[in-house]
Amino acid sequence: MKVKVLSRNPDDYLRETKRDIHKVFRNYNPVLHPFEAPREYLRALNATKLDRVFAKPFIASLDGHRDGVCCMCRHRKKLSSIFSGSCDGEIRQWNLTNRQCIRTLQGHTGFVRGLTCSADGNMFISVGDDKTIKHWNTDALSEGRDFPINTLVTKSLYTGVDHHWTEATYATCGQTVDIWNLERAEPIRVYKWGMDSVNSVRFNPVETNLCISTVVDRSIRLYDIRAAVPLNKVTLKLKSNVAVWNPMEAYVFTAANEDHNLYTFDMRKLDAAVNVHTDHTDAVLDVDYSPTGREFVSGSYDRSIRIFPVLSSGKSREVYHTKRMQRVFTVRWSADNRYILSGSDETNIRMWKARASEKLGMVTPREKAATVYNDKLKEKFAYHPQVKRIARHRHVPKSIYQAMKEKRLIKESQRKKEQNVRMHSKHGSVPRVVEKKKHIVTFQE
Amino acid sequence: QDPFHGEAPIAMEKMEAYKRGSEYDTKNIRNKNLKRRMKSSEEKYNSAVKRAARYELLLTEEPGFLETEEGEESWSIDQRTIADAADIASANKHFELKLNQFGPYRIDYTRNGRHLLIGGRRGHVAAFDWITKQLTCEMNVMEAVQDVNFIHINISLKVIIDYQVHRFIELELRMYCTCASVKEKNVTFSIKIGCFFFMSFSSSNQHGFLQYTDVSIGNIVSTINTKGGRLNIMCHNPHNAVVLLGHHNGSVTMWTPNQKEPVVKMLCHNTAIRALAVDQCGNYLATSGQDRKMKIYDVRMFKPLHSYQLHTGPSNLCFSQRNLLAATCQNVVQIYKDPCVQEHPYLTHRLRLPVEDVAFCPYEDVLGVGGSDSFVSLLVPGAGEANYDAFESNPNRSKKQRREWEVKALLEKIQPDMISLDPMVLSKVDHVSMERLRKDKEERMGFVEETAKFEPKHKNKGRSKSGNVEKRKQKVHGATIREQIKEEMKAKREKLLKAEESSLDQIAV
Repeated sequence: MKVKVLSRNPDDYLRETKRDIHKVFRNYNPVLHPFEAPREYLRALNATKLDRVFAKPFIASLDGHRDGVCCMCRHRKKLSSIFSGSCDGEIRQWNLTNRQCIRTLQGHTGFVRGLTCSADGNMFISVGDDKTIKHWNTDALSEGRDFPINTLVTKSLYTGVDHHWTEATYATCGQTVDIWNLERAEPIRVYKWGMDSVNSVRFNPVETNLCISTVVDRSIRLYDIRAAVPLNKVTLKLKSNVAVWNPMEAYVFTAANEDHNLYTFDMRKLDAAVNVHTDHTDAVLDVDYSPTGREFVSGSYDRSIRIFPVLSSGKSREVYHTKRMQRVFTVRWSADNRYILSGSDETNIRMWKARASEKLGMVTPREKAATVYNDKLKEKFAYHPQVKRIARHRHVPKSIYQAMKEKRLIKESQRKKEQNVRMHSKHGSVPRVVEKKKHIVTFQE
Repeated sequence: QDPFHGEAPIAMEKMEAYKRGSEYDTKNIRNKNLKRRMKSSEEKYNSAVKRAARYELLLTEEPGFLETEEGEESWSIDQRTIADAADIASANKHFELKLNQFGPYRIDYTRNGRHLLIGGRRGHVAAFDWITKQLTCEMNVMEAVQDVNFIHINISLKVIIDYQVHRFIELELRMYCTCASVKEKNVTFSIKIGCFFFMSFSSSNQHGFLQYTDVSIGNIVSTINTKGGRLNIMCHNPHNAVVLLGHHNGSVTMWTPNQKEPVVKMLCHNTAIRALAVDQCGNYLATSGQDRKMKIYDVRMFKPLHSYQLHTGPSNLCFSQRNLLAATCQNVVQIYKDPCVQEHPYLTHRLRLPVEDVAFCPYEDVLGVGGSDSFVSLLVPGAGEANYDAFESNPNRSKKQRREWEVKALLEKIQPDMISLDPMVLSKVDHVSMERLRKDKEERMGFVEETAKFEPKHKNKGRSKSGNVEKRKQKVHGATIREQIKEEMKAKREKLLKAEESSLDQIAV
């Protein structure tokens, strides 16, 4: 007779000294883990709730400017440097790690309309209402730091500037889109198409010869700087304030429009938008992409900042607002994908977390594993009604809330009216237009 | 050259054991993006199943066994021989406590098999660590004790005393009675604690009421009138937490706290039911009746699998973690190894006086038997699960680990309205709601079929007085009714026309 009775040697199961960690044995047999689905669901619910509990996105406010901040630019090589220009012509350089202003420059008399950093990071360019373009040194500790390296006095007013991502050229926009070389005092190429003024200009970080501009005649025009003629354009129903390229996808750009929406287009197919992002309740003034290319942040006239995913449904993932923050003129996403900066009308630049409940400091491996697990759980159960309800819930200022309600009502009534018209007209005479095509008036190759 | 090139093969049965649900066929998905995502998630899932199946190599312990030689039968082997043949540590697990003063004893083990609670009918209640024989607490409650049970924290226990369910918490080695529930004079017969819900279910005889209590908060979740008369046979299915009740007419009913009606009603025996037990996976149900039969059912399909005829119907039944079945007939304890296959018992043990209660210790090869004048701990090789998962229930846990486990368990506490026959319902796609939503959307987008309430527009200058609003509403209501009537008349006319045509045809012919 052979007998074996289960007996566990306590030495194998208990720790030897107090300083050791406890021994943990696992058995993944599903029989030993009953109620997997309800438990996972509850863990997902708890994770969502904790996410909301720990969502404290506001980090700090950089104050110092004496007038509204109307433009900002990131240093293209350093993570910690930011340049901002205000409506009284002052340009400041900030160190984000200390949240201090390292340098103050009286750049222009009048608004600072555009700021951009050069490709190698040595120099930045500012453009203002006093019809000058100024080149400055980015090094805050150099000898001639308070004076521009170069000043170009021009004949017309410029409203925006952007530097090429690899070469030593930059583009300005105003009456026309001008391409400049760093050594020359005259633009090397001028693009003129109609009599309307151009709001903003941006170079493509991936396909570096492409550049996009938004024009007051409600169109968005694309240029290849190697060609003498503009490429193509798309016209929307209302004017776009800014159009920004996606840093990961070469041909995708997003335009921030006056009709409270943002439109993402693929340059190769301009007859339909890739996505229409609704959620703002007033004109969208600025957009900036995250370095991952999957999300972007937008600042609007309705005193809020929203973060949108590029490819999802078109609704915002997050909304940031403060009582003290007034009209948001400019937003930037930091290059390490963690922070968002917003410059607004009440002279403050605010620093926010890109992911509101993220822990900023040192994260131990166990914490990281727990965070990753919770994220996956939230993703898995995202469509369950209770989880969805909690994840979606955001407090929003009363004005925005009322405006959202009103917009919803308007949209619903417009839809009903269209349906009624369709019902009572000849079959096929009122065609259905997809949302993505609805806002485009024309496009031209 | 590597003779065993590539990965080691894994047996299909092992893979099946770790799979939850069937594979999803990604061939027919039209949307390329979705297809790519589904394919990659299926691959990830399959690799996870493979790794879990392969992890079995790393399990340290092997389950116990008893192999007999030619001519020897396992049921004739007595406990002393087994204890002599096994090692010292195991031999110490076989002991007998002579407790002849306080009546028949009911027993309960904690979920991790470390502590044991015994309660005598005459009021003696004691909890101790049965391996180290260290007494946690002992007292006499001065009332008749019907049943005892550990709650999730092993320092608190529930005792049913005559009319009431008392809950004791150990605080500095003294027992404080915290709550006495149930106001009416109902004699409660048995309680069982369901773990992930922190709920206890108690049954009473006079009116046939089944009561669910949330043990962590202390409130009564629901009281159900089962209308089944005296309820003294109760068992709970650890797989999906439904309560099974055995009735005097031979039927077994299953209850959840959400419904006032039994979820399932099965007729198991022609006579009264004496005992019920469900195995850990929720596959098998063992029932015994006054007709001296013991039957095994498949609980998921409700089909009878096997039927034994014994010399009496067993008065207690219990399944172990590895699906051994313990049945007690008067003073004999019989243990069956594969209840569906073998007719003869695996092991037997005879006590002097009739057996009151029987319970397998989780994660150990031990069966605890509460008799009329003693408590016996029997060695049953192959009863317990060899490898425990420390994150679920850890027999060797420290005080800190226990506290952490308690907090985590309370966070994951499943609400009573999630209890249903299928515990994995939450992970499945809710086809019904989806269909309904889709239909609603189609209707919305397609035609204005919304007979939603007509709300007349608010007008100024007194034109929105209540009387005027009502008039406007009536106008619209009248219009819709007229439309409906018109359509009905049209349909009727068409029907009549068709009927006329057929009669005319007949005449013509």
